[in-house]
Amino acid sequence: MAPKLQLAIYWAAACGGCDVAILDTDEKILDIAEAADIVLWPIAMDFKYEDIYKMEPGSIDVCLFNGAIRTSEQEEIAKALRARSKFMIAFGACAAWGGIPGLANLTNREEIFNTVYQETATTINEEDIRPDTNYPGPEGELHLPRIYDRVWSLDQVVNVDYYVPGCPPTPETIWTAILAIVTGNLPPKGTTIAGIKSLCDTCEREKTEKKITQFKRPFEIIADPKKCLLEQGLICCGPVTRDGCGHRCTNNNMPCRGCYGPSEKVSDQGAKLLNAIASIMDVKDEKSAQELAATWEDPAGTVYRFSLAKSLIYDYKKGGE
Amino acid sequence: MSDHKIGVYVCHCGSNINGVVNCAKVTEEIGKLGEVVVAKDYKYMCSDPGQEMIKNDIREKGLDRVVVAACSPRMHEPTFRRALEGAGLNGYLLEMANIREHVSWVTKDKEEATKKALSLVKGAVKRVKLHEPIEEREVPVTNTTLVLGGGISGIQAALQVAEAGHKVYLIEQKQYIGGNMAKFDKTFPTLDCAACILTPKMVDVGQSPNIELYTSSEVIKVDGYVGNFTVTVREKPRYINHDKCTGCGDCASACIMKNRIPHEFDEGLSKRSAAYIPFPQAVPLKAVIDDENCLLLTRKKCTLACVKACGAKAINFNQHETIHEFKVGSIILATGFDLFDAKRSPQYGYGKYPNVINGLQFERMTNASGPTSGHITLADGTEPKSVAVIHCVGSRDENYNKYCSRVCCMSSVKFAHLVKDHCDAEVYEFYIDMRTFGKGYEEFYNRVQEEGVHFIRGKGAEVAQKDGRLVVKAEDTLLGQYREIPVDMVILNTALEPRVDAEKVAQTLGISRSGDGFFMESHIKLDPVTTTTDGIYLAGCCQSPKDIPDSVAQGSAAAAQSLAIIATGKVKISPISASIDSEQCAGCQICIGLCTYRAIKLNEETLRAEINEAVCKGCGTCAAGCPSGAIKVSHFNDDQLLAQIEGVLA
Amino acid sequence: MNDKFEPKILGILCNWCSYAGADLAGTSRLRYPANIRIVKVMCSGRVEPTLILKAFQEGADGVLISGCHPGDCHYVDGNIKTLRRTPLVARLLTQIGIEPERFKQVWVSASEGERFGKIVEQMVEDIKKVGPYQKKMGDQLDVVMDEVAASAKEAAAAAEEKGGLNCGS
Ligand SMILES: Cc1cc2nc3c(=O)[nH]c(=O)nc-3n(C[C@H](O)[C@H](O)[C@H](O)COP(=O)(O)OP(=O)(O)OC[C@H]3O[C@@H](n4cnc5c(N)ncnc54)[C@H](O)[C@@H]3O)c2cc1C
Ligand code: SF4
Ligand code: SF4
Ligand code: FES
Repeated sequence: MAPKLQLAIYWAAACGGCDVAILDTDEKILDIAEAADIVLWPIAMDFKYEDIYKMEPGSIDVCLFNGAIRTSEQEEIAKALRARSKFMIAFGACAAWGGIPGLANLTNREEIFNTVYQETATTINEEDIRPDTNYPGPEGELHLPRIYDRVWSLDQVVNVDYYVPGCPPTPETIWTAILAIVTGNLPPKGTTIAGIKSLCDTCEREKTEKKITQFKRPFEIIADPKKCLLEQGLICCGPVTRDGCGHRCTNNNMPCRGCYGPSEKVSDQGAKLLNAIASIMDVKDEKSAQELAATWEDPAGTVYRFSLAKSLIYDYKKGGE
Repeated sequence: MSDHKIGVYVCHCGSNINGVVNCAKVTEEIGKLGEVVVAKDYKYMCSDPGQEMIKNDIREKGLDRVVVAACSPRMHEPTFRRALEGAGLNGYLLEMANIREHVSWVTKDKEEATKKALSLVKGAVKRVKLHEPIEEREVPVTNTTLVLGGGISGIQAALQVAEAGHKVYLIEQKQYIGGNMAKFDKTFPTLDCAACILTPKMVDVGQSPNIELYTSSEVIKVDGYVGNFTVTVREKPRYINHDKCTGCGDCASACIMKNRIPHEFDEGLSKRSAAYIPFPQAVPLKAVIDDENCLLLTRKKCTLACVKACGAKAINFNQHETIHEFKVGSIILATGFDLFDAKRSPQYGYGKYPNVINGLQFERMTNASGPTSGHITLADGTEPKSVAVIHCVGSRDENYNKYCSRVCCMSSVKFAHLVKDHCDAEVYEFYIDMRTFGKGYEEFYNRVQEEGVHFIRGKGAEVAQKDGRLVVKAEDTLLGQYREIPVDMVILNTALEPRVDAEKVAQTLGISRSGDGFFMESHIKLDPVTTTTDGIYLAGCCQSPKDIPDSVAQGSAAAAQSLAIIATGKVKISPISASIDSEQCAGCQICIGLCTYRAIKLNEETLRAEINEAVCKGCGTCAAGCPSGAIKVSHFNDDQLLAQIEGVLA
Repeated sequence: MNDKFEPKILGILCNWCSYAGADLAGTSRLRYPANIRIVKVMCSGRVEPTLILKAFQEGADGVLISGCHPGDCHYVDGNIKTLRRTPLVARLLTQIGIEPERFKQVWVSASEGERFGKIVEQMVEDIKKVGPYQKKMGDQLDVVMDEVAASAKEAAAAAEEKGGLNCGS
C-alpha cells in the first residue's frame, strides 16, 4: 500500500467556514481520511505549536491553509508550515486574496482599534486600554501576537503552489482539488483549481446588450430569474469572477458576490468590475455620470469584497519585492 | 522567451533636444539596460545618414526591436517605420520616445529634462519588447469626391477634380453657389468685376457632367474612413420643380409677400418675396420658396398667386426633404466664413444708426445688380459727402478675435476707391496697421492713397451722433492727437469668423478646430490642406481668413490631394484593431454596446462576441470594458501599456 | 511640505486631441514642470482603472487622464465611456486611501497646449501639498517590517527559552 498523504489544515484570519466546508464534503470526508493522515487540524483536534516545530521539512505533503495573514503569529505559522510542506495551498478566498478580512485594508489598525476599543456603543474603556504585545504577568513577561496595519494574502507572505477559491470553496471544488493531489494529476504551479473563464460563461440567464440606468441593491427588488442580473441594475460580480462555484448565488436569484476571485485573465478583480459596470452606465454627460455613480452605495466594498488585499494597490510581497 | 536585440537611437535634433537634454548621458544609461545591444546618439536621426545608421545596425547587428528617442511620433513615426521596413523589419517593432515636444521644448532645467527623457526612453524600451509585427491594411479607394461648400474655394476644388475626369458631389447649404464672393462688385487688387470672373466658373459647375450639385443641402452623417466614406446628405425642399423652372421670376413678381421680406443676399438692404430668385446670376438659376415666410406653408392659407403666375407649372408644394447617400473617397471642406456681427461691438452704433453699415452691405450697394443699382446712398436716398471706414472691427481684439482677418485692410482700401469712384466723397480710413502683403497689394494701396483718401492711424474708438451727423472718435497715433471726425456714413470692416455651424460640422466629420475656431490643419506650415483625419481636406476661409487668390490656391491644392488618393487607387488604413480571444470571452455582451461602430456582434451559435476587424477603428474602448480581459487591441494591449507605465515610472 | 519632493505623475493621453495638445505645448515652447511622464493611447476610452492602479503600484504620486472634449472624440464617443468611469474611479481611489488630488481626468483639445501646461502645473502643486504617495505606502510597510522583525526576534527568543511559542494559552 502506498504511504498515506500527510495532510495539514490550518486557519489564520478566517471565520472557520473553510474548515466546516471540508466537513461538508459529507461522506467523501471518509475517503479523505482513507487517503490521508491528518497531521494538523487545530479546529478539529488538539495541537500545540511545538507539534509543528517538531515536524521535519517536507514532512507535510499538503497544507490546506485558510485565512488571511493579519497578525505576526499567523505569519509565523504560515512560514513554519511552508517550510515543512511540499505543497502549500491557499484554501478559500481569505488565504487567496485576503477575503472579507482584507476589507480591513480600507482603513488601518489605528482606526480599527479606535472603533473596537473605544467607539462602539457598548464599549466602556475609560483608561483606553489597547492590546499590547508585552504583558508583565505574575509568571513573567507574556507575549501576544502583534496585529498588523494591514491584511496580507497568503501568497504575499509565503510562496503558494495552488489556490482553491471560494468563501468557502464548494465541496465539489474541494473534492476536485484533493483528487488532483491524491492522484498526482497536478496542473502547473500557481493554478487556481476551478474554472478559467468568468461565471457569465456558464450562466444561463438571458443576456443582451447591457445598459444600467439605476443601481439596485438585492433587497430592493425581486429580480427576474431569467434575465441577466446586471441588466436589472444589480451589481453582479459574475463578469469578473472565476467560474466553478456552481452558481450558488445566481441560482438563488442573488447576484454573484465574487468569492471565486478574479477569472484567469483579470489582474485586478475590483478595478475590472468597476470599469465594466461604469462602461455600461446609461449616461452621456459628466453630470448624470456623477449622479448615477453617487447612488452606488459602496463601490470599493462591492467590487473588492474578497480581493482587496490582492488589488494592485496592495499587492506587494511582504518584506519587499 | 529568448532575449531581444534592441537598438536605441537618441536624436539631438540639432540643439533642439541636445541643448537641454544630455543625449550622450541618456544614451549611456540606456546602453546599460538588458537586451539593449546598441545605443547611439546622433545629430539628426531623421536625416538620411541617421536612417542609414539604423538600417545598417538592423542588418549587421540583427536588431529585432528599435527605439527612437526624438520628436513626437505624430511627426516622424512613419519615417522611422519606413526605415525599419527598409531593413526588412516590420515597422511596428518600433517605439518612439517623445523627448522633444514633451521634454526639451517644455523643460528649462537640464538635469530634470535629462531625467525625464531617460524615463521616457526606459518606458519605450520596456514596451518595445512586447511589440508584435502588424501588417498594414490596404483598402481600395472610391474614386469620387465630396465638396462641402460652394464658395469660390469649393467651386475651384470641384471643377478641378471634375476636369480630371472624376465625379464630384458638391453640397451647398444655400440655394445657390458662389458664397460670399458672389455678393461683391469689384475685387482687390485688380478691381476685376467679381461677377465677370466668378460667374463663368459657377456656370461650369452647373454644366459639368462630372459634378452633381445639391443646393439647400447639408451633410448630416459621415461614416467610414479615407477612401471609403459614406456621406448622408439632407436636401431641403425648394417647392419648385427644377426640371420645369425656367428661372423667369414670374412667381416672385406675383407673390403676395412681395417686397416684405428682408433679402439675405442683399444683406437686408432690399426686400424680396416668399417665392424668389436669389440673384440674377444665381446657379442654379431657379426659383425657391422660402418655407419660413410663405403663407401657404406657414399658415396653410394663400391665394396661390405664384402657382397661377408660373407658366411652366413648376411649383410643387408637396415636395419633401430628400436624404441622399454618397460613397466617396475623400471630402473637401470649403464652408467659408461668417461675418462678425457688428452689434457685438455696440460702441460703433451698428443697428442703431442706419448709416453705419458693414462691409458686405457696402459690397451690395456698389454692385450694379444690387439693391441700390450700384449707387452709394444714405438711408434717406442721398449720396454721402464723407465716409469713414473702420478697420479691425472684431479682429485683433482681445474681447473678440485675437487674430488678424487678413482681407479687411485690402477691402477697406477697395471701399475707399469705390467711394471715390462712385460719389467722390471724402474718405477717412481708421486703421491699426496697414497690411498689404499680397501680390499687387501695396501698389493698389499707393494708388488709392494718391486718390486723396485720408488714412488715420488709430483704431476707431466710437461712433456717435452729433447734430444729425455721425462722428467717429479716434486717437490718431501718428499725430498723437484725439480726433472727432464728422461723416455721413460709416463702414465697419468686420472680422471673418468661423461659421456658426463650424462646431457641428467638425463633429459630423470628426475633425478638430484650432483655438480660433477655424478647422484645424495637420501642420500649419507643412500641411495646411489636410486635416488630422485622413481623407478630409480643407480649402478657403474655413481653415483661416484669407483672400480670393489664397482660397483658390487652397481649393486647387485640396483637389490635388483628392486626385492623389484616386490615382493611387489604394489607401493604407491604420492596422490597429481589436480582436476577441474566444477562449477567454464569456459572452457577457458588455462590449457590444461600447463600440460606436457596431463592430462587435454576438455569434449566435457559439454565444461568443466577435469583432469585424474591417469595421473596427482600434480605439480600444471595448478592450478597456471587457471584464474577462478577452479583447486585445493590437499595439495597445494591456501588457504593452503596463510595461510602458512601469518603465516611465522607474 | 517637503521642498525637495518632486511628484511623479503619469499622464495617459489620447492620441488625437490631448497628446497633440501636449505636443502643441512643446511646439509653442511653453514651460511646465517636468514631473509628468506621458503615455499615449488611441482614445481615452482605452484607459481602464487597472492602468491607473498599476501606476500607483509602480510609484506614481498622481495620474492624469486626458481625452478630447466630449463631442470631439476621434472615435465619436470613446470619451463618453471615459466620463462614465471617472466618478466611480475617483470614489474607488478615495476609498482605498488615495487622495483626490492624485487623480485627475480632464479634456484637452489639440489646440489647448497652454491649458495642458497649466493643468500639469496645478496638479504638481496640489500633489506637493499632499506629499509623496509611495513614501506613505512605504512608511506603512516600514512600520510593518520593523514590527515583524521585532516580533520574530521576540518569538524566536521565547521559543528557544520554552521549546515552543509563547501563545498565551
Ligand atoms: C467685405 C469683404 C470683402 C472682400 N473683398 C475681397 C476682395 O476684393 N478680394 C479678395 O481676394 N477677397 C475679398 N474678400 C475675401 C473673400 O470673401 C474670401 O476670400 C472668399 O469668399 C473665400 O471663399 P470661400 O469659398 O472660402 O468661402 P465663402 O465665400 O464663405 O463660401 C463658403 C460657401 O460654403 C457654404 N457653406 C457654409 N457652410 C456650409 C455647410 N455646413 N454645408 C454646406 N455648405 C456650406 C456657404 O453657404 C458658402 O456658399 C472679401 C471679404 C469680405 C468679408
Ligand atoms: S465583454 Fe469580453 S467577455 Fe464579454 S462578450 Fe465582450 S469579449 Fe466576451
Ligand atoms: S477597438 Fe473600438 S472600434 Fe474596435 S471593436 Fe473595440 S470599441 Fe469598436
Ligand atoms: S480620441 Fe481623444 S478621447 Fe477618444
